[in-house]
Amino acid sequence: MNQPPLYMDRPSPAGHFGDFGGRFVPEALMPACLELESAFVDAWSDPAFLEEYRTVLSEFAGRPTPITYLGRFSKQFGVEVYAKREDLAHTGSHKINNVVGQTLLTRRMGKTRVIAETGAGQHGVATATAAARLGLECTVFMGELDTQRQALNVFRMELLGSRVVAVTSGSRTLKDAVNEAMREWVTCVSDTHYCLGSVMGPHPFPWMVREFQSIIGVEAHDQLTRRGVATPDVVVACVGGGSNAAGIFAGFANTSARLVGVEAAGGAAVTNGSPGVLHGMRSMLIQDEQGQIEEAHSISAGLDYPGIGPEHAHLAASGRAEYVGIGDEDVLVALQTLSELEGIIPALESAHAVAWIMQEAGRAIPRGASVLLNLSGRGDKDVAQVREILRGRQ
Amino acid sequence: MKSLEVALRALRESGTTALVPYFMAGATPDWIQHVAAAVHGGANAVEIGIPFSDPMMDGPVIQRAAERALAAGTTLESVCTELSGADLGVPLIAMTYYNLFHHRGLVRSTGLLSGAGVRGAIVPDLTIEESQEWREACAATDIATIFLVAPSTTAERFARLAAATEGFCYASARMAVTGRAEGGGDAQAVVASVRATSDVPTYVGIGITTARQAHDAARFSDGIIVGSALVETILNGATPADTEEFVSKFRHAIDQ
Repeated sequence: MNQPPLYMDRPSPAGHFGDFGGRFVPEALMPACLELESAFVDAWSDPAFLEEYRTVLSEFAGRPTPITYLGRFSKQFGVEVYAKREDLAHTGSHKINNVVGQTLLTRRMGKTRVIAETGAGQHGVATATAAARLGLECTVFMGELDTQRQALNVFRMELLGSRVVAVTSGSRTLKDAVNEAMREWVTCVSDTHYCLGSVMGPHPFPWMVREFQSIIGVEAHDQLTRRGVATPDVVVACVGGGSNAAGIFAGFANTSARLVGVEAAGGAAVTNGSPGVLHGMRSMLIQDEQGQIEEAHSISAGLDYPGIGPEHAHLAASGRAEYVGIGDEDVLVALQTLSELEGIIPALESAHAVAWIMQEAGRAIPRGASVLLNLSGRGDKDVAQVREILRGRQ
Repeated sequence: MKSLEVALRALRESGTTALVPYFMAGATPDWIQHVAAAVHGGANAVEIGIPFSDPMMDGPVIQRAAERALAAGTTLESVCTELSGADLGVPLIAMTYYNLFHHRGLVRSTGLLSGAGVRGAIVPDLTIEESQEWREACAATDIATIFLVAPSTTAERFARLAAATEGFCYASARMAVTGRAEGGGDAQAVVASVRATSDVPTYVGIGITTARQAHDAARFSDGIIVGSALVETILNGATPADTEEFVSKFRHAIDQ
C-alpha cells in the first residue's frame, strides 16, 4: 500500500519543499507574493494561457530544442551522451523559457514593468528580450563586477531597450544584484513584477520557475523515448540557483534515472553549505561560522551564487538527487573538449556538467551507460573571457 | 504581556510619544557611547542593529554601516557582550535578519539576547507565516517580537499582524527600504489601519529623516523611529555629543 514519494510535485501551501523554501520577505512584499501565487495558479490551469505560452516558445523562442547524440565525445569517454540543446533556444540559453512565462504573467496581472537580476547576463538578456516583445519597461540589476566580465551582454540588454543598473554593494556579483532587485521591488511593487531568473526566492518563485522550465525535461523525455532510450541512466545539469537542472530533472524525477547537479566548486551550496535563510527562502547556503553569507567564486558569473534553490536542497536531503562540485580548471578543459569533439562551444556554466561526465565516465558513470546532459547555454558570451585566460598561459 | 509592551503602554498612558533611534552596533568603536548619548537626549527605547552581510530591507546608509561593523569583526556575540556590560536605562530592541538567529539556533539566540538585556526583536525578513518557531523560542523569554506593517498590507494581514506583534507595531510610512524615503508618506493611513483592529502602540519608521517629519508623525502615532538619518551622521564622524544634540532636537520637535 505504500506509495513511493512523488518528487517535484507541488510544494506545501506555504511553499515548502520538505524543510526548505517558504517565504522570508519584508511584509511590504508579502501581498505581491500572494498575488503572484494566485495569478500563477490561475494562469497555469487556463488553457488559453498555456496555449499562448507554448506558441510563443515555439514561434519566438525556437522550441522544441533538439537532442544531439554526442558521437565523438561518447566514443572518447566510453559513455552514451545525449545533449539537450538549450543553447539553441532564442537568446542562447534555457533562460528564455522562464521569462516568456513570467512576462505573459506580468501582462495578465496588469503590470507594465519588469525588473530582474542577472549574473552572467543570460537571464538579463532573456528578460530584456521577452519584455521588448510585449512592450514592457525593463530594468536589470547586475553586479558591477559582472558588468565588466560580461560587458557585451550589458550592451545587448541596452540594445533591447532595457536599462542596466550596475550594483556596487557587497561582492558586486549575483547575490548583490538579487538584494538590489528586492529593494527596488519594495518601492514599485504595484506596477512592477520581479522577474526572478532561477528556482529561488520566496514562494511561489521556486515552484513557478521550475514549472516554466519543466518543458526542458518533458521534451527531452519524449525525444529520448522516440530514440529508444526510455529512461537515461543519468541526467546531469549544472546548478547555480538551479533552474536548468530543475527543468530537466522535472521530466525524470519519478523515473529510475540518477539525477546529478553540478555546482561550481567555489560556490557549492549543497556540498559545502548549511541550512540558512537568504533572498526570501530557507535553503542550503555558503556562510561563515557567524551566519554571514560568503561570496561564491567561480569562473562562470552565472554560478557565482552562494545558495541553491530550495527544491534542490530538498532533493539533496531526500537523496533523490546528488550534487557535486567541479573546479574552474576542469571547466576550461571541458569547454575546449566539447568544442573540439562536437563543434559545440558550451557556456562556462554548462561546461561544469560536461566536466563531470569527463571526470566520472567509467567511474561513477559505468561504461556504456546513457547520460542526458543539459547543455543549458551556448558559450559565445564567454569566448572573450576564455581567450584572455588561455592567452595568459602561453 | 512582555515587559517591553508594559513599558511602552505606560509611556503612552503618561502622554509621551516615544522616540526610538536606531544604531548599527559596531559601526564605530564608540557606538555604545552614542547609544548612551541618545538616552541622555531623550530616547525612550533604542534599536540596536546587528550587522548582516545581505541587508535586503536596508538602503545604502545602513548597508555601509553594516559593512563597517562586519569589517571591524562585530558579531551577535560581541554585541551582546558589550550590551550586557552597559547600563543604558531604556528598553533595547535588536534589529537584524533572520539568518543570524537561524544559524545559531533560536534557543541559543534568544538566550544571548536575553542575557544582554534585550527586550524586543525586529526581524524584517521573518514573515508572520514563518515565525512560529521563533515566537516559541521567545515565549520562554521576555523578548517581544515586533512585526512590521506597510502601505501594501491588506486588511486581513493588518488584523493578524497587529494581533501578533508585541511591544509595538512598526508602521512603515513608505514603500521603501530604510534611508531612501523622504517624508511620512502613507504613515497616517497605515497607523489608522492598525488602530482599526488593535490598541497596540503603533510607531512610525522608514521615511522619518527630519525633526519636522517626526513632529508631524507624532500627531497621529505613538512613537517615532529614526534610523538612517542618524546613522549617516555617525558614519560621517559625529561625536556622541552630536548624537545627543540630534536626538534632543527630535525630542523637542515631537513634544512641541
